[in-house]
Amino acid sequence: MDMSFSPEDQAFRAEVRQFLKDRLPARLSEKVRLHQELTKDEIEEWHAVLNEKGWLAGNWPVEFGGAGWTAIQRHIFEEESALAHAPRILPFGIAMLGPVLQKFGSKEQQDHYLPRILNGQDWWCQGYSEPGAGSDLASLKTTAVRDGDHYIVNGQKTWTTLGQHANWIFCLVRTDSTVKAQEGISFLLIDMTTPGITVRPIVLLEGTPEVNEVFFDDVRVPVENLVGKENKGWTYAKYLLTHERTNIAGVGFATAGLAALKRIARAQVANGRPLIENPLFAARLAEVEIDLMAMSTTNLRMLAQAAAGQVPGAESSMLKLKGTQIRQAINDLTRRAVGPWALAFPSEALEGANDDAPPGPAEAAGATRAYLNNRKLSIYGGSNEIQRGIIAKSLLGL
Amino acid sequence: MDFGFTEEQTMLGESLARTLERGPDSAALFDLGTGAALMTEEAGGFGGTGADILMVFRTLGRAGAVMPLLDSVVLGAGILAAAGEADLAEAAASGEARVAVALDEPGQRYDGTVATRAEGDRLTGEKSVVPGAEDATHLIVRATDGLWLVEAGAEGLAMRGYALMDGGRAAEVTLKDTAARRIGDVSLLEQPLAAAILAVCADALGVMEKAVELTTDYLKTRKQFGRPIGSFQAVQHRMADLLTEVEQARSAVWNLAGNLDAPDRDRHVAATKSLVGRVALYVAEETIQLHGGIGMTEEYELAPLARRLLAADARFGDSDHHLERFIAVSAA
Ligand SMILES: Cc1cc2nc3c(=O)[nH]c(=O)nc-3n(C[C@H](O)[C@H](O)[C@H](O)COP(=O)(O)OP(=O)(O)OC[C@H]3O[C@@H](n4cnc5c(N)ncnc54)[C@H](O)[C@@H]3O)c2cc1C
Repeated sequence: MDMSFSPEDQAFRAEVRQFLKDRLPARLSEKVRLHQELTKDEIEEWHAVLNEKGWLAGNWPVEFGGAGWTAIQRHIFEEESALAHAPRILPFGIAMLGPVLQKFGSKEQQDHYLPRILNGQDWWCQGYSEPGAGSDLASLKTTAVRDGDHYIVNGQKTWTTLGQHANWIFCLVRTDSTVKAQEGISFLLIDMTTPGITVRPIVLLEGTPEVNEVFFDDVRVPVENLVGKENKGWTYAKYLLTHERTNIAGVGFATAGLAALKRIARAQVANGRPLIENPLFAARLAEVEIDLMAMSTTNLRMLAQAAAGQVPGAESSMLKLKGTQIRQAINDLTRRAVGPWALAFPSEALEGANDDAPPGPAEAAGATRAYLNNRKLSIYGGSNEIQRGIIAKSLLGL
Repeated sequence: MDFGFTEEQTMLGESLARTLERGPDSAALFDLGTGAALMTEEAGGFGGTGADILMVFRTLGRAGAVMPLLDSVVLGAGILAAAGEADLAEAAASGEARVAVALDEPGQRYDGTVATRAEGDRLTGEKSVVPGAEDATHLIVRATDGLWLVEAGAEGLAMRGYALMDGGRAAEVTLKDTAARRIGDVSLLEQPLAAAILAVCADALGVMEKAVELTTDYLKTRKQFGRPIGSFQAVQHRMADLLTEVEQARSAVWNLAGNLDAPDRDRHVAATKSLVGRVALYVAEETIQLHGGIGMTEEYELAPLARRLLAADARFGDSDHHLERFIAVSAA
């Protein structure tokens, strides 16, 4: 047993750290640290910096313009980026669509779309969920009916993250309703500027319009925008789920969150002493830190298996479950740490409208915002209840 | 032994609920005599017991109504009555005057450390998270040497307002050589603060009941995998745990209501606030989770309920603060 990183990996970590130090604008990292909403331009700005370095798509093979990193390198990059409060790389093009096109897309699709993801020409969003199809995704109802060289798409997607910025959406659509639900689904690329598409923002409980409803009314989509074979979309969607899970545990985010929490707890005063010295608070903090230490190792153990060529299976459900629990526990402690400041409603929408910024240190508003917003962690990407079901079924055979 | 309410209390609760159904109208609430119901006879009211407070605030919580009753009446008028300021107390209880109570200071969490001080009859200092300050006609200010009364618009009084999690507003308040009148010792706070903590907990109980009902209804109607999601045993067990915890919170609220004037009141205050704060967060988190995505949206009814539960925990000391208080009080 040797649990240390190889000299190459350590050198890689140093290189990433230096790069972030040199190239990550403080303007961006400050907003990320305070859990403020980034603008479209700011996200694109960071993508461009990474792309220039060739580091935007760490998970893509070199032949497609990616960095071709190992699972361990990707983990190191994600961890260092989180610790430096770098904006997260938008997952939709890089982590989700890219690998599907590389595996199942046509040569034309690969040549056309992949470079545009890297150079920022296209902003993709993910059109899977529908009002009636959340956990039971296979029951989706948006239809695509063949009409000559086009599909005519009708229906509605929802919870589409940052769809308001996107010019493309990859969708799961129903192309056959006479067969078993999973067997009549296709994977379709849709230009969001096509007539018949309407996007309506949904404001979340912390006040940011992070997700959207997307309506399709007789939208004509060229047949060449079908990925792979008709009615095989479910297979591609599942491929995406099982292969892009290195960061599912969010170890980097948790580590950064814990460090931020400690800073706040050192600055806050309880009964005349730093909060971090309060025995009750210190115990809660220690518990979550101990959990994180173990979970980081679970994550690395699974990465090592992936590096040895094993396909991550239902084990990644445990990472999702524990990882989100730990992150939410850190969010909860951070909100508690700011004490009465947590009474303020830090809605950025309201701040803009009323010009009444919440009181206290900027970290306080960030703490409440993150606490509320990160309730999503246990809901999306397969809810934690669904993950428990997978663990029970696939790992225990129950 | 009787855990019930008097006929008058029940009637007030019902007419309050009916009034609130028509919309959040604080004038209508005061017309019903809600303010007087929260004051004892000695203080010019006709209620003021734990049961009265419980009935009124649980009803407000269920209705999601944002009203000045907690700060202006239970706390404000309560302190004024204890300080012998009968006229102003009655004005606050009838809704004619609005009182905001400025206790805490920036960065002092819940421990009551105060630096605001008087020089002659002028106050200088900073007060933090003062609910209702912007609308107040009077402010009661905790200073190093006691409680002081400040009139709205007084010179040197400045405020910066913002929205609160519970739907109301608060302000950061600065006093600079502001004219004030001392109304009494800090110890006058004790009883009204205990009553205010009961009010927050009863409000949270009403919110929790509402959140559980909303979630139960949703679980019965929302279908996934061809069945109502409430038919999945994993979901049922979660709801069963939730309901059991809310029952605990209900008893904790009753405990405080019944012991508001008992010699061991402080122990009950700490126990109730600690338990209710803990359960409130649990209910907020679980009801969001069991709704899925819809539970996270501003458009759906749950969001304000969840935020109000967070506010209930953070107000007057969170669950950990009162856990420590409980240990300290029990050891004493
Ligand atoms: C902030 C946010 C961003 C999102 N971004 C996107 C996006 O970009 N693109 C996209 O396509 N989707 C996105 N989603 C959607 C997300 O994937 C769904 O919310 C998720 O799949 C859950 O579906 P649902 O909301 O319909 O809840 P439901 O499926 O209705 O579930 C409600 C509750 O029931 C539980 N439940 C359901 N079935 C079972 C069962 N069999 N056993 C036990 N419990 C069960 C769930 O765990 C949950 O607690 C996003 C969601 C959120 C909140």
